Amino acid sequence: MFAFDYLRPASLDAAIAAAASSDACFIGGGTNLLDLMKSGVARPARLVDVNHLELDRIERLPDGGLRIGAAARNSDVADHQLVRTNYPLLSQALLAGASPQLRNMATVGGNLLQRTRCDYFVDPGFRQCNKRDPGSGCAARSGLNRMHAVLGASIHCVAVNPSDMNLALVVLGASLNVRGADGARSIPIDQFHRLPGDHPEQDTTLRRGELIVSVDLPPSAYARHCHYLKVRDRASFAFALVSVAVGLDVAAGTIRSGRIALGGVAHKPWYAQRASEALSGKSAASLDGVAIAAQALEGAQPLAQNAYKIPLARNAVSRALKHALETA
Amino acid sequence: MNTLVGQPLTRIDGIAKVTGTAQYATDFDAPRIAHAVLVQSSIAKGEIAAVRSEHARALPGVLLVMSHANAPKLPAAALGSNPPGERALSLLQNPAVRYNGEPVAVVVAESLEQARQAALLLEFDYREDTPALDFTAALTSAYKPESLTHGGPDAAWGDVDAALAAASKKISVTMTTPMESHNPMEPHATLASWDGDRLTVHDSTQGVSGCRKALAKKLGMAPEKIRVISPYIGGGFGCKGSAWSHVVLAAMAAREVRRPVRLALERTQMFGPVGYRPRTQQRIALGADATGKLLAIRHDVISPTSTFEDWSEASALLTRMLYACANVSTTHRLVKLNLGTPTFMRAPGESTGSFALETAMDELAYELRMDPLELRRRNYTEREPESGKKFSGKSLRECYRRAAERFGWSRRKPAPRSMRDGGKLIGQGMATATYPANRQPANALVRLQPDGSVLVQCGTQDIGTGTYTIIAQVAADSLGVAARRIKVELGDSDLPEAPVSGGSMTAASVTPAVREAAVQVRAKVIGMAISDPASPLHGIDAGEVDSADGWLRARSDAVRREPHAAILARAGGQPVEARAGAKLDDETRKQYSMHSFGAVFAEVDVDEALGQIRVRRVVATYDVGRILNAKTARSQLIGGIVWGIGMALLEHTLVDEESGRVANANLAQYHVPVSADIADIDVTFIDESDDIFNPVGARGIGEIGITGVAAAIANAVFHATGKRIRDLPITVENVLTA
Repeated sequence: MFAFDYLRPASLDAAIAAAASSDACFIGGGTNLLDLMKSGVARPARLVDVNHLELDRIERLPDGGLRIGAAARNSDVADHQLVRTNYPLLSQALLAGASPQLRNMATVGGNLLQRTRCDYFVDPGFRQCNKRDPGSGCAARSGLNRMHAVLGASIHCVAVNPSDMNLALVVLGASLNVRGADGARSIPIDQFHRLPGDHPEQDTTLRRGELIVSVDLPPSAYARHCHYLKVRDRASFAFALVSVAVGLDVAAGTIRSGRIALGGVAHKPWYAQRASEALSGKSAASLDGVAIAAQALEGAQPLAQNAYKIPLARNAVSRALKHALETA
Repeated sequence: MNTLVGQPLTRIDGIAKVTGTAQYATDFDAPRIAHAVLVQSSIAKGEIAAVRSEHARALPGVLLVMSHANAPKLPAAALGSNPPGERALSLLQNPAVRYNGEPVAVVVAESLEQARQAALLLEFDYREDTPALDFTAALTSAYKPESLTHGGPDAAWGDVDAALAAASKKISVTMTTPMESHNPMEPHATLASWDGDRLTVHDSTQGVSGCRKALAKKLGMAPEKIRVISPYIGGGFGCKGSAWSHVVLAAMAAREVRRPVRLALERTQMFGPVGYRPRTQQRIALGADATGKLLAIRHDVISPTSTFEDWSEASALLTRMLYACANVSTTHRLVKLNLGTPTFMRAPGESTGSFALETAMDELAYELRMDPLELRRRNYTEREPESGKKFSGKSLRECYRRAAERFGWSRRKPAPRSMRDGGKLIGQGMATATYPANRQPANALVRLQPDGSVLVQCGTQDIGTGTYTIIAQVAADSLGVAARRIKVELGDSDLPEAPVSGGSMTAASVTPAVREAAVQVRAKVIGMAISDPASPLHGIDAGEVDSADGWLRARSDAVRREPHAAILARAGGQPVEARAGAKLDDETRKQYSMHSFGAVFAEVDVDEALGQIRVRRVVATYDVGRILNAKTARSQLIGGIVWGIGMALLEHTLVDEESGRVANANLAQYHVPVSADIADIDVTFIDESDDIFNPVGARGIGEIGITGVAAAIANAVFHATGKRIRDLPITVENVLTA
């Protein structure tokens, strides 16, 4: 770890001003950032602490939606009565992630920004990683890639987004309220995370110096029929091999609409658009989950060690749909 | 006598541990302590062309950047190897790099933070060579090592080829196990302090004496000038049985900066420079007649070692003793790769070997259409097959019977894919567990203090197993003093010498010495009493005096009694002590084969669509001699079984074949079981004293728990799915159906 300045500004404006320099970084729970700083992957000269700025509130919005402060802890969000009642998918996804100790520290904003756990990214002892060191190459493409992407990857990066929470936010249609030196703006969740393309060093569309202050969830029709399914190598405290978030709006035996997102398969939480759209108007009783699942994995391209993810993700989608229809 | 031994006494060091007063290696402090960080290579083979240390040295607080360019020269003998204690190390004596992650420098600074930053600023220019990293490609260059830790690399009897040809049923399979890394809760750590030419080292080690000898050899010192202290160890599992590079480097750095130096390894540094379990490729051929009687066994093992030290995973040792068979051939071969040297890891050999042999036995059972348990029974042996020696104790038949009954094996439907629970397939499998009963010479001192309390000293170690507690129990019974009146001191090379806490030998080696010393003290005190006219016991025959709870009593007349302390007070208030050694005599060693045994049964459920395997329960019964403490013993076996579950389904050190670098060198990506992976574990003991092996009757229990478990689970997975998985770990891919 490199020495750094630690600032704890008194106000949000002061925090944003303090983070304007190019070598500054906000810190929330630090559950990911500190690991990267210890290994030397992240070398901020200045840490701007935003934990004390009262960005941890969870409150109902006038339209019936919910605003979750970016500094709210993952465990507090998962256990919040409004989340459990109106957005159980978010609660399930959060509780599937990490361990209780980590969830007690990790914030919503930090979770949105957590970085890939690609082995080649997290260890600077590996010479090639375009995400860590643009232009150096991608060692994972021909190396150890059992955990890597099958959708939306580029020749420059095959890493996956590790978050569980992100999938729920995608299904729930969240939008992120961000603040920067140039003012405030709102970013829809599906425009927040990027595919690697030619710039895998950019995980998101957040601009330098911008801070996520809160996440808005619109009123959801998926509270009764949703499911988060995570497949991993051990029963807890492991990143997803494949995970699936499903939300369905079912009325009178008909699926009015639904959304499916996949984790562990792409550089971003993967919204399965065609498969999701195909759900509309289907009969709940006779839904062909296998066909929907096949659509969700259209275009998947395996690497040498991760071909298993394609059938696994298909099976997970159809299983999650089945569970979502069973819940009430 | 013998009231405490066997009881489920709670650890006597438990309160100290849970309240944080037990001092582990990094808990020790020293005046003017300096902090060191180990720096490792980022290439697998080549030479350091230049050390760029300007930026690191310029950082405030940095005291020393020690690399091959400026490290003190050590005697030529420092290059040697004499396992377990002494290994071939990386001591900055030349610019060669032999594996990725090899120690290439030590940075010392006023604070740990400064040392860590300086370590990140240190740069090396390398002249790189092409490393050998492809195990499969290297198989053609496999060679025969000089020896294994126990026995020779090859052993054969009978005519295996002819017997295989004649066998009516046979199987021939190749099994593999992966590289695995030790992850005790406490990583390695060393604090080295010099006082003139005397060196004191606080180290997390399984062997204070071995560590002292290794340091003496590497540094060219007399062992008497070195003291190694290690009162508490947060787990060792074999990796702390050797003094690795960082221990010697800490001493070198401390001498250079003339201050005490603490060097604690980070978790990532547990993967490579401090040993690991090597991967194995094991070819097994079994031949049997129609009744299931084994006619031939062939077991050929190949494992990788480093380019600079031979270390073999002795997977076929158990094949030489487990089943009755007239034609057996076993071999061990090595290939050299640009990796660190492997080392002892919980049940080295038997863990990996039992997976291969016991999976192969299951395959043979299916080939024969025979119950796998029945196949084991039909090949039961009362004597070690090659030598014809009797076993010092073997109640494996009773283990099979009891574990099968507790498990409900008779209700198992034999056909694969025949048992279900809802949407899940159920599988049940079993395997035999075994591990040698090891014992080495050990010494102990027992001192009865004037106040009637007792001090026991022994240069052994408690690596988390409960050694403090069983020593107190044995001393309490042998001397006739309450356990709470006994203070036990361990983990110091100045104490009476005892062997490394490895090979499951601590209890069997150490408790006989403690017992002997305690018995001698008891005899002395009785002698003092019966010869002292002022004692109520005066004149009684020594054999007629009992000692219990700190009192001597006449057996025939309980009124004639007095406390130990009173006897000592009258004699001038001096302590009474005895120092004793104990070892296994050569005659017993010649006559008997000494092993522990067990039977392990596992039940899994499998969700094929998601590739998920869950171990629902494990039932195991062990014959490990006499149980000294029912609670710590059970914990040891449960711990071993949990690791066996991890070995079956999770553990795998991933090496990038391009760079030779371990890719998952952290506990988030290197998976060991978490609580949620562990369901019911039912452990029982036969609890028969093995009096031939030692006077306390106990064999070791540290390692047998992991043996057989991976095979029992793999066999259960086959029973559930019909898929025979011969490569560990068994993961999602293996059982997923598209």
